[in-house]
Amino acid sequence: MNIQTKPLVARRSPGPDGEKIITLAALAVGGQGGGVLTNWIVAVAEANGYRAQSTSVAGVAQRTGATIYYIEMCRDTGRMPVFSLSPSIGDVDILMASELMEGGRAIMRGFVTPGRTTLITSTHRIAAVSEKIVPGDGRFDETDVYEAMGIAADQLVAFDMETVAKKAGSVISSSLLGALAGSGALPFERSSFEDIIRASGRGVDASLRAFGDAYDIAKGDKPAPQPQTAADLPVPVLNVPKHLKASWSALEKRIIALPLEVQEMTGLGIKKVVDYQDVTYGHQYLDMVEKSVTLDTAPYEMSANAAKYCARALCYDDLLRVADIKTRASRFARVKDEVVVKDDQVLHLTEYFHPRYEEFTTTLPRALGQFMQKRKGVEAFYTKHFDKGRRIRTDSLSGYLSLWLVSSLRPIRRKLLRHDSEMTHANAWFDTAMDVAKTDTALASEVLANYRLIKGYSDTHVRGMSKFARIMQSIDLLKGRPDAADWMRRLRTAALDDVEGDKLDGALETIKSFAG
Amino acid sequence: MAERSFAKEVQKLKKGEGETFTGEGILAITKALLENGVGYVGGYQGSPISHLMDVLADSQEILTELGVHFEASASEATATAMLAASVHYPIRGAVTYKSVVGTNVASDALSNLASGGVTGGALIIVGEDYGEGSSIMQERTYAFAMKSQVWMLDPRPNLPSIVKAVGDSFEMSEISNTPVMLQVGIRSCHVHGHFTASDNKRPQMNVSEALENPKRDLQRIVLPPATYIHEEEKLTKRLPAAQKFIIDKQINERFGTPSGKVGIILQGGTYNTVIRALNRLGLADLYGDTNVDMLVLNCVYPLVPDQILDFCEGKDAVLIVEEGQPNYVEQQIAHMLYQSGKSVKLEGKGILPMGGEYTGQVMVDGLGDFFSQHAPAMLPVAKVTTNEQPISIPDLSKSLPARPPGFCTGCPERPIFAATKLVEEELGEHHIASDIGCHLFSIMPPFDLGATTMGFGLGPASASAFHNADKKGRRSISFVGDGGFWHNGLTSSVGNAVFNKNDNVIVIVDNFYSAATGGQDILSSRADNPTKQTQNSIVDACKGMGVKWIRQIDRTYDVTKMRDTLKEALTTEAEGPKVIVASSECMLNKQRRVKPQMAKAAKDGKRVVRPRFGVDEDICTGDHACMRLSGCPSLSVKDTGDPLRDDPVAAIDQTCVGCGNCGEVADAAVLCPSFFQAEIITNPSNFEKRRASRTGKIIAWLQTRRDAKRVAFA
Repeated sequence: MNIQTKPLVARRSPGPDGEKIITLAALAVGGQGGGVLTNWIVAVAEANGYRAQSTSVAGVAQRTGATIYYIEMCRDTGRMPVFSLSPSIGDVDILMASELMEGGRAIMRGFVTPGRTTLITSTHRIAAVSEKIVPGDGRFDETDVYEAMGIAADQLVAFDMETVAKKAGSVISSSLLGALAGSGALPFERSSFEDIIRASGRGVDASLRAFGDAYDIAKGDKPAPQPQTAADLPVPVLNVPKHLKASWSALEKRIIALPLEVQEMTGLGIKKVVDYQDVTYGHQYLDMVEKSVTLDTAPYEMSANAAKYCARALCYDDLLRVADIKTRASRFARVKDEVVVKDDQVLHLTEYFHPRYEEFTTTLPRALGQFMQKRKGVEAFYTKHFDKGRRIRTDSLSGYLSLWLVSSLRPIRRKLLRHDSEMTHANAWFDTAMDVAKTDTALASEVLANYRLIKGYSDTHVRGMSKFARIMQSIDLLKGRPDAADWMRRLRTAALDDVEGDKLDGALETIKSFAG
Repeated sequence: MAERSFAKEVQKLKKGEGETFTGEGILAITKALLENGVGYVGGYQGSPISHLMDVLADSQEILTELGVHFEASASEATATAMLAASVHYPIRGAVTYKSVVGTNVASDALSNLASGGVTGGALIIVGEDYGEGSSIMQERTYAFAMKSQVWMLDPRPNLPSIVKAVGDSFEMSEISNTPVMLQVGIRSCHVHGHFTASDNKRPQMNVSEALENPKRDLQRIVLPPATYIHEEEKLTKRLPAAQKFIIDKQINERFGTPSGKVGIILQGGTYNTVIRALNRLGLADLYGDTNVDMLVLNCVYPLVPDQILDFCEGKDAVLIVEEGQPNYVEQQIAHMLYQSGKSVKLEGKGILPMGGEYTGQVMVDGLGDFFSQHAPAMLPVAKVTTNEQPISIPDLSKSLPARPPGFCTGCPERPIFAATKLVEEELGEHHIASDIGCHLFSIMPPFDLGATTMGFGLGPASASAFHNADKKGRRSISFVGDGGFWHNGLTSSVGNAVFNKNDNVIVIVDNFYSAATGGQDILSSRADNPTKQTQNSIVDACKGMGVKWIRQIDRTYDVTKMRDTLKEALTTEAEGPKVIVASSECMLNKQRRVKPQMAKAAKDGKRVVRPRFGVDEDICTGDHACMRLSGCPSLSVKDTGDPLRDDPVAAIDQTCVGCGNCGEVADAAVLCPSFFQAEIITNPSNFEKRRASRTGKIIAWLQTRRDAKRVAFA
């Protein structure tokens, strides 16, 4: 005889004098200072004549995992209210999240209720392990979380509080507190929040700055930090010495002659290729792009892919390239900026290398390299004595010069063994793509994009090459099918998805089943 | 050398009569012990009771002043055995440990103690680790109370009630000569609140005085025929005394109007959640005033039949609120009602779920059903009917990454498992037995190493069945932490392997502390400790146990050495257990000590080196092989913004502590040459400054000379 069908309306009823309990839950990643934030909020409430209670869950299960802090407060009427010890679904007034996905988790767990909950969340991301270990891009899509926030939250305060805190030299608990104060969800003045921070005694000035910035942003008086777009990343500078100006402009003439849709990507590609080797190499690159254009039609998507992946194919990562990058002035500047080296400080820079016999032999002239590769005795000797990690100090002269000498082999790179194998492999791939382009430019475009699988060094490189080879074999099975390009893309995505290639095997089986 | 200094908390223990104590539940319990004249305190750390141990470890001054002895027991069994001091002497003793897992270890001593009985109050503070945030199997400690006939209090989760329960427990223990358990949940231990303190009291008799005039009584020793007398006493003397105490001292509380046609009998610990649910159903105000007749069991064992029957008298239905399973209280009450022929409808598990945490939602649904079925008139109309259409929120279950616990930034255990992963890539997979502690995180991505965990210090013990008939065949690898090793692993794991000629490999993960529980010192801790003798070698202990093949690795970050040693252990002809002791300091504790020191030294103008690692984004090809062998929070992925590239590249953020794991792994597994170590030197010596600027000029000259000869885009 259960008479109620719809769920009961279970909203808290206020006290006899109209006083209401305010419930606040904070979702944080273990080690993000959730405890400090909780203590601050309780202190502010108690300083404003409120009774307050907080609970947290400390322990090993919280080490870098997701954890919840919970606070309840109520205007002091002389009696102690019965505060709940943990948040419950549909009953949270303020939900604070110290990372975007933790904000989403709060919604999924029912702690953000339409028409009731103020959601205050930082929008920065801390990638979880599962997002980092995928060979391709394993990061979760954020749009679903943003969409759910718009629906679930009664009031939403969301911006990158991590960046606000870092800019002020403080930690996220300060900017979260500022966002809470600025949101107006708590009936306390800004000054009482600031008094509590002053009383905490550690890194007070930085915390107050972060608090203030976040407060203004939450109030709308200050713009939120914009995500770092490509625009404000340090833009590499093109440097063409006088005696090479003429040959460089010859390249630029050929690019302008290309269709408009291809010029931008080719413009980037040419800079990478010429920087990698020299102007002649640039011309070799443009030959490939132009060949692709002849077989292509507007909007030239295949040729844009050709411009992108031919640049990648020509600029393989050999010892010379690594040594060249590590000895550049721009690289030292970037390192100094990244690890924050002030003028009065000195930087020691140690590179971690592990060149094996294979890297050694492929950096020798072709004939000598092939000869050495056959000499198993020499290989055993090398592996025994030289095949170990190298720690090279590039801030010391001897270390720097050793890399300098290796990178000075650049002019004779074409004579080295590695160049031989790389060019044969790249040309085979490119010719196959051009052959396919005669009948199906969409499939050819995907074949070109397959070069994305070639990356990494030593066994990761080998594994990438084997997956690449297996996909290329399936071209004959797919040729002539209208959906060939889609299948090729699916194969590539499957290959990028997991390390061992089980998903790739599955996809190949399905193709063999119908195309067989 | 606990994880954080507890100087502030220690001061709170000095509060006197009438002063207001403000702090967490577990600290209030510590203060209550001193207010009730405790003579000695022991225990073993573990959430949620670790702070009691940490604070007392830092309050040597107060303890000596009061003549109270405190020690960090080797295990929960030791701690409970320590309560023997209250058998013959009128000294109040208290021990604390983590719920089920602690009580499991302590149960042998608990049975002996409970059989003979006690003279001085014996209190066992159990931190129940059930529900959200728990790190153990979901069981109830209640079973031990029933089995050994030890009383159990479960007070309402607010500081005044918890503190009162400590005093009641001691009195109840003394009046009934029985040890008493005080059960406090995770959130009650870490609830911030206030209570009015009273003065600390010196123990009636302290342990030194007991030593000076020893006493014994054959009747109290657990050996026949005394054991049969003990059982008789339990049933005829101790149980009635306890039940009388519960009634006389009104330990259980009655709320609401007694004449109600329905009632609720609930564990003290669930009181706040029940009141909040009643408030949300319009049946109670936010101060707990309600018409619903409620019996709050602050003492959940033993129950007092008369009290229960009297409560149920004249009622149509009664709901039992008891979190966790099995439902011991409900079964006892059902038995009482049946025996006395009562016709009241007993509700409990069914309307409320059998297992799982009783969250706010669970309680609202359960109480809603109970009142709708048995007292619909009591439910206000506004609560039953509504025209509000619930707004459907999109399902995010597939768009959120899981975030399980893992190794901290710079953890010394990460390279051990990276090396194990590399060995498995060479020699294939092995059976891996895990233990309990931070090293258990190896079972999760990216390492996925470990098949079972059988308890603290029992990693190698759980692999003792595996004897490979083929001497050259595959061996198992088992892990045990330094905490688990000293707790019991020394004998149950290593000793057993030696004695039974087990050929498998044992890796002892030594991070200098009982780290997972908050970084408490243990026998092999390297820090000097005024009250503890530390720096005892694990290697010597193993040799003492008869281990022949043993290696000590002093820098676990050396992944190559770690891998080669493990490989040698798996392939050597030597017989018997192969033990590798991998030692490096827990980074979380190390940073808490080192960071302030470095900051101060830098300010004082001393030369300070801050290590940090980085990745060259132009050399990194975005295959993330390094991530599959690391999982370090500071090694993450970022977009390069370069249209020529598709995948995000590796990047190390400012939280890096420069431990070197990612560089060492890239080297050992020959991953890529993208990693570099930056050492930022504050207050460098003049020689260094001169040398740096001289080298800088030469390098700059070389760079400009090269750039003048080529087109560069960087």
